[in-house]
Amino acid sequence: MTTLPLQRAAATPRLSRKVGVAGVLALWLVGFLLLRGRDTLRLAEADVTPVHQSLNQLNDTVAANRNSNPLFLYFFNEIRLVVDELARGMQALISQPVAGRPLPIIGWLGVVALAAFGAWALGNLKVALLTAGGLLFLGFQGLWQESMDTLALTMTAVLLSLVVGIPLGIWVGLSRRGERLLTPVLDFMQTMPTFVYLAPLTLVFLIGPASATIATMVYAVPPVIRLTAHGIREVPHDTLEAARSMGSTRGQLLRQVQLPMAKRTMVIGVNQTIMAALSMVTIAALIDAPGLGQTVVKSLATLDVGSSFNAGLAIVVLAIVLDRVTTAASVRAERSRRNPSRLGHLRRLWLLLGAAATAVCVYLSYTYLWAAEFPSQLDLGAPIRRSADAVSTWVQTNLGSTTGVLKDVFTNVVLNPLQTLLTDSPWWLVAAAIVALAAIVGSARASVTSAICLGLLVATGVWSDAMVTLAATLVAAVVVLLLGLVVGVWMGRSTRVDRVVRPFLDAAQTMPAFVYLVPFLALFSTSRFTAIVAAVVFAAPVAIKIIGDGISGVSATTVEAATSAGSSRWQIITKVQLPMSLRTIALATNQGLIFVLSMIVVGGLVGAGALGYDVVQGFRQDRLFGKGLAAGLAVVLLGILLDRITQAAARRADVVTHAHS
Amino acid sequence: MLLRTHPVRRPPLVIAAAALTLTVGACGGAKVGSTSAGGGSSSNGAKCGQVDLAVNNWVGYEANAAVVAYVAEKRLGCTVSKKNLDEQVSWQGFGTGEVDVILENWGHEDLVKKYITEQKVAQDAGPTGNIGKIGWWVPPWMAKKYPDITNWKNLNKYADLFKTTESAGKGQLLDGDPGFVTNDAALVKNLDLNYKVVFSGSETALIQAFRQGEQQKKPVIGYFYSPQWFLAEVPLVNIQLPKYEKGCDADPAKVACDYPEYKLNKIVSTKLATSGSPAFGLIQKFAWTNEDQNLVAKYIAQDKMTPDEAAKKWVDANPDKVKSWL
Repeated sequence: MTTLPLQRAAATPRLSRKVGVAGVLALWLVGFLLLRGRDTLRLAEADVTPVHQSLNQLNDTVAANRNSNPLFLYFFNEIRLVVDELARGMQALISQPVAGRPLPIIGWLGVVALAAFGAWALGNLKVALLTAGGLLFLGFQGLWQESMDTLALTMTAVLLSLVVGIPLGIWVGLSRRGERLLTPVLDFMQTMPTFVYLAPLTLVFLIGPASATIATMVYAVPPVIRLTAHGIREVPHDTLEAARSMGSTRGQLLRQVQLPMAKRTMVIGVNQTIMAALSMVTIAALIDAPGLGQTVVKSLATLDVGSSFNAGLAIVVLAIVLDRVTTAASVRAERSRRNPSRLGHLRRLWLLLGAAATAVCVYLSYTYLWAAEFPSQLDLGAPIRRSADAVSTWVQTNLGSTTGVLKDVFTNVVLNPLQTLLTDSPWWLVAAAIVALAAIVGSARASVTSAICLGLLVATGVWSDAMVTLAATLVAAVVVLLLGLVVGVWMGRSTRVDRVVRPFLDAAQTMPAFVYLVPFLALFSTSRFTAIVAAVVFAAPVAIKIIGDGISGVSATTVEAATSAGSSRWQIITKVQLPMSLRTIALATNQGLIFVLSMIVVGGLVGAGALGYDVVQGFRQDRLFGKGLAAGLAVVLLGILLDRITQAAARRADVVTHAHS
Repeated sequence: MLLRTHPVRRPPLVIAAAALTLTVGACGGAKVGSTSAGGGSSSNGAKCGQVDLAVNNWVGYEANAAVVAYVAEKRLGCTVSKKNLDEQVSWQGFGTGEVDVILENWGHEDLVKKYITEQKVAQDAGPTGNIGKIGWWVPPWMAKKYPDITNWKNLNKYADLFKTTESAGKGQLLDGDPGFVTNDAALVKNLDLNYKVVFSGSETALIQAFRQGEQQKKPVIGYFYSPQWFLAEVPLVNIQLPKYEKGCDADPAKVACDYPEYKLNKIVSTKLATSGSPAFGLIQKFAWTNEDQNLVAKYIAQDKMTPDEAAKKWVDANPDKVKSWL
């Protein structure tokens, strides 16, 4: 426990920090009142700056050089051929008819058997049953082929991501320089909205599976790189020293110590990569990628909530199955590392038998029609569609007026004042205030980064739009954090609650936002508020999960001690569990912000305007490509700005908690 | 045998699979590819070859695409490959040789200039017969309650009705998808209207706003266009803007007149036009009325038919029109 002087040392700067924050905000307000409306850098929706015009040329240059530039002839075209072949091969295997065959090579029975066997071999029996059940459910939804198309493309993208990502991750984990070089690139890949590069991508890799796969990879590869590197870096120093002293070479060290010990973290990376790839399904549909995304996008055009929900549910089922299998695989990986001799003869025998049975199923599904084409007797799709429609109609007709009032009050009391402060203050005042705040709550370094980001933001020419987006992002992030604290603490304190809540969180995270946009629009009409709600639905699960894990990670003995000392439940939460998971809460804030940012474009589709709208406009209109690109860059800059400040704040929180314990 | 000698926990999966093997091995069944349909061999298929048809994501377009694809496949034996693409990516596809046909083009002067005039990879294949009308619309209940609202001159009188949290104290004029052709911001400014253009960001949001506006008698005014399947569900009423005259929209910043009538047209790749494929003839001659398109769009959007079913129904009912295209 703490000694008194230390506590005082930690408390004093915290107090002065509060004063500092209040001072900066007060100065900002005064400046706003005096200078309102000056230097706001506003730009109308259809207007462009010279910077945007020159960015426009980028697209034309690519188009002009496609057939002559050696970079295209010998590099991009080769990549395209390989990726195309791979994706088409995967499709021929499970989803699309191949030459001479009206059906893919492996039918439903084979796919179910293979997947269940794989889940059993890598994970356990429970997830194998879940896998078989999940896949059969997709068939009964009437979406077998669509699901297989989605699975084929997702698997292609994930496999390629692993081939590229694991070696890069190892490099980043081993080399400081690699880390410094790659981290900004990964940040860029994860925050740049896909809409920005979708059109140029089809110029380089043409319309087809290659473009869809590569668009997916750009977003899906960073997690596996980051987590592989993280796993390798986390290997205890002592273990490495011991191995070195026994004369291991660097190669041996990597193969025999670092990789095996990082395996569990790496599997989590694979898991996150799969989830990221699945979240790209609807966007890839805009460049002709077949599958469930196509169903979602098409039904949106006719406001067919039922069909889009049915397809969205299929994506959720796929995601949950893949998530549970990879999680089980990581548990098995950990167990077998600790206790390598567990793979007994018996299990080997069972595996062999299972493989044989699977092979038979695959053969049957290749040969016989009944095992190849999913039987359509049991149709769950129709009732699911009908009930989703009914629920959505009921919500729209009965809740519309109440929710409308909620939206009005929230927008007028919270969002509009904040937005006005950000957009109507002179840009230099906003920038100065943010840099000062970064220095106070974060670090000197964070404030330098902020200054650079803000300078570049001005250069993008979309400052005013960026401020509108920033206001909505901050509001959404605060709501996400509050939800994270309330639900996270509730979940973290009880495994039963965790078990009930978690599937809903998974669904909220993987259900494509397009599915719930129609009812949301009915509840809150086209507005920034609707965009904020959509972002909260997507981002809150991450914050909740992280905080829940943090709370349940607080050691039971500490809680026990506090309980026996007579603390009430409220005291335990506020005095023990929350302070001890401060770092986790900071991490949750950070991730929540990043996830909110990734919904900016979706927000632009439901009335949030600003950067999200600019990005989509750039995708839809040739003339505005440059502005879309600039808006995309602005999103990246906002992302880096918020990430660096919250991370620096988290590190400071960490130092404070460590000083306490 | 093995199953019996090991009295251990038995993974049910393996057992189930093994049991399946036994039952199935005995009875067999129809084999893949032996009897079932699927062979797409048509007598005159060789002549036509493959046509890459871009399908843009609005229902009216899909109606055109459904009928043209159906006729091309069933009557000419073409292989039609439908590609679900956004407008701009479709045009780009002319350049990369991956798109042969766009079936409903709304103006797009910049793209026409780039791909037809400059790169010469595409050409105009004539009108579809559909007349496109862009403009401002209100739900029918409003036109009934406020009869003079349909003239732009009275809009300022009603601006207060359309105030929302998004419109900064003015009336909200709702705009749609970022891809739509729009002069609305300039119009509001040049006509001195006390309105603010709010960008809904998608056609879905726009339709939802109008649908709810009619159902719950909420005031809405916004951008819309015809032909559109939704007009069959809620017959929106068009607002009269100052009459369009040729050239009045030449300077985008100074526009103060209505949108022109768009003669929607078809665009084909130069590749297809010079290939001698009968599909080119079909696409050139394809033309129908707004009512025709609305009917097929209704089959798809409201009756939830697949595009192929919808096309078949219409083609069977209109043999003469189809004949004139061949």
